[in-house]
Amino acid sequence: MSVLVFVEGLNGEIKKSSLEAASYGSQVAQTLGTTATAVAIGDVNEEALSKLGEQGISKVLYDGDSRLNQFVADAYVKVIAKAAQQESAKVLVFSNSNIGASIGAKLAVRLNGSLATNVTALPSINGADFTVTRGVFSGKAFADVALTADVKIIAVKKNSYEVSANGGTTATVEKISADLAESDFALLPKETMMQDLDGGVLLPEAEIVVSGGRGLKGPENWHLVEDLAKVLGAATACSKPVSDMDWRPHHEHVGQTGITVSPNLYIAIGISGAIQHLAGVNSSKVIVVINKDPEAPFFKAADYGIVGDANEIVPKIIEAARALDK
Amino acid sequence: MKILVCISNVPDTTSKINFTGDNKSFDKNGVQFVINPWDEYALTRAIELKEAKGGTVTVLNVGEADAEPNIRKALAIGADDAIRVNANPTDAFFVAQQIAAVAKENNYDMILMGKESIDFNGSQVHNMVGELLGLPTVVPASKLDMVDDATARLEREIEGGKEVVEVKLPFVASAQQPMSEPRIPNMRGIMTARTKPLAVREPVGAEAKSAYVNFSKPEKKGGVKMIDAENAGELITLLRNEAKVI
Ligand SMILES: Cc1cc2nc3c(=O)[nH]c(=O)nc-3n(C[C@H](O)[C@H](O)[C@H](O)COP(=O)(O)OP(=O)(O)OC[C@H]3O[C@@H](n4cnc5c(N)ncnc54)[C@H](O)[C@@H]3O)c2cc1C
Ligand SMILES: Nc1ncnc2c1ncn2[C@@H]1O[C@H](COP(=O)(O)O)[C@@H](O)[C@H]1O
Repeated sequence: MSVLVFVEGLNGEIKKSSLEAASYGSQVAQTLGTTATAVAIGDVNEEALSKLGEQGISKVLYDGDSRLNQFVADAYVKVIAKAAQQESAKVLVFSNSNIGASIGAKLAVRLNGSLATNVTALPSINGADFTVTRGVFSGKAFADVALTADVKIIAVKKNSYEVSANGGTTATVEKISADLAESDFALLPKETMMQDLDGGVLLPEAEIVVSGGRGLKGPENWHLVEDLAKVLGAATACSKPVSDMDWRPHHEHVGQTGITVSPNLYIAIGISGAIQHLAGVNSSKVIVVINKDPEAPFFKAADYGIVGDANEIVPKIIEAARALDK
Repeated sequence: MKILVCISNVPDTTSKINFTGDNKSFDKNGVQFVINPWDEYALTRAIELKEAKGGTVTVLNVGEADAEPNIRKALAIGADDAIRVNANPTDAFFVAQQIAAVAKENNYDMILMGKESIDFNGSQVHNMVGELLGLPTVVPASKLDMVDDATARLEREIEGGKEVVEVKLPFVASAQQPMSEPRIPNMRGIMTARTKPLAVREPVGAEAKSAYVNFSKPEKKGGVKMIDAENAGELITLLRNEAKVI
């Protein structure tokens, strides 16, 4: 019996959210008196994998088949199912990304397991009782869910469990491969359009997010958001009307019907703070609101607030941030 | 083309969330329920495809009788008929098994859902249904078009970009913006919806694999600290020294 963690790569390195999942998985393993194994697929370098020892992972199973450099769900599921079987894994841990949640759901069917996504804390384990806490109602509440099947599958919400660095030994890396059929590649993408990150940060992985709303008046003023993001090493985001009007690309839209983020710092500029917007950002650790209207609802959800015109305020903040780096 | 659209019945996005019975269950009191917003993208796209290519759109909900107003709303928007599986939808695996059971009896060309239910935020049912039926599953899709009668082309959101996949019918997909522009039912739609078929069936025996035992709400924020606009740069000092986030 062991705990199995799936780690995702990005340009050869392991995503921060996967380091969180690995840390979470090792802690669960420790509680259960067993070891934590990781499984990695595709474009991740082996040195990064062996460093997972620092997160308490003892062994990594790696499938470097280059056909898997892109995510193909059915093929990934086969490899992870094989790893789970080989390790007699009773607990499987993923990051709650599109990839992690998708594989988790498919494996739940295949392994006849219980699945909890969007998990925000370590499980409480009491004999046979295994309960996890997960975010529900778009960040407005938490729920404790008992996972009743023999195999438990957990997708950990990003930025809700700290990466541990126990300075452990390096993990051993072993190869794994599954018998992949042509049909496992049915959904191989015909085309992939990656956004040009330009040294910037991927929004779902970002620790700091600078976001702009309709209050910025037009795309020509976005340099305010972009410049502030750049000095802070942040990703940029926007409210729904902004992407609806094509001021910004759709993948930047956060909220109820966009993506959910939970960075350490969320800076909202010219965003009113509608409940559907808050739903996507309310689990951010610190929220800063800049709005010219002192009655803007967003101030109620904020930790720091500045009332005034973004065109005057944001340049001052950028200047102060630049001064800090010197 | 036969399209199945699965809709869940969820609290309106502006609802205040409360719990009753010692925080054991969600308090529906005073809460307005709507079609899950993501499912509306799927529903509207299904209706658009039907209008362009012919066929039928069936909506399916696993839920109790109180979901019927929103099922009728889906019919008013333009679905042809509806099925309600009469059960309390508390576990994703249970719901997925109900949907799979309906799908197995009918040869749907595509099964469309939303990206996630905004109440339990599971994002599970679509992939589970795809796996139960052994069908290719595209999650989450922001575009859906037909290439020819047997093949669809979908754009799928991935972290940091998007991908185009082509898939033979039948398949499962979940929808998100901007797949379609959700429609508001018109008067004629509302009138005809009353006479469209809504079949109620009992659930198939299926096992739940999780149980909600307790709910809680996040801690209230400590209140906002206001910074004078004249000294906006002060924010940076506070973020570094007080909040310690930069
Ligand atoms: C079902 C549903 C789902 C939705 N999903 C989402 C979602 O996922 N994400 C989302 O964001 N919205 C969503 N919305 C829309 C949401 O209700 C709001 O309409 C939207 O968030 C408002 O965007 P905004 O704050 O940018 O614009 P506005 O509400 O127009 O606010 C602009 C703000 O800018 C301020 N301002 C103006 N000029 C300046 C200036 N010079 N300097 C500083 N501040 C200024 C104003 O005081 C105002 O507060 C959804 C709505 C529905 C019904
Ligand atoms: N009770 C239900 N009845 C019908 N469809 C559902 C139900 N619950 C979830 N779905 C569908 O599955 C999608 C994903 O839901 P979930 O896994 O709950 O986040 C939703 O957007 C719906 O399309």
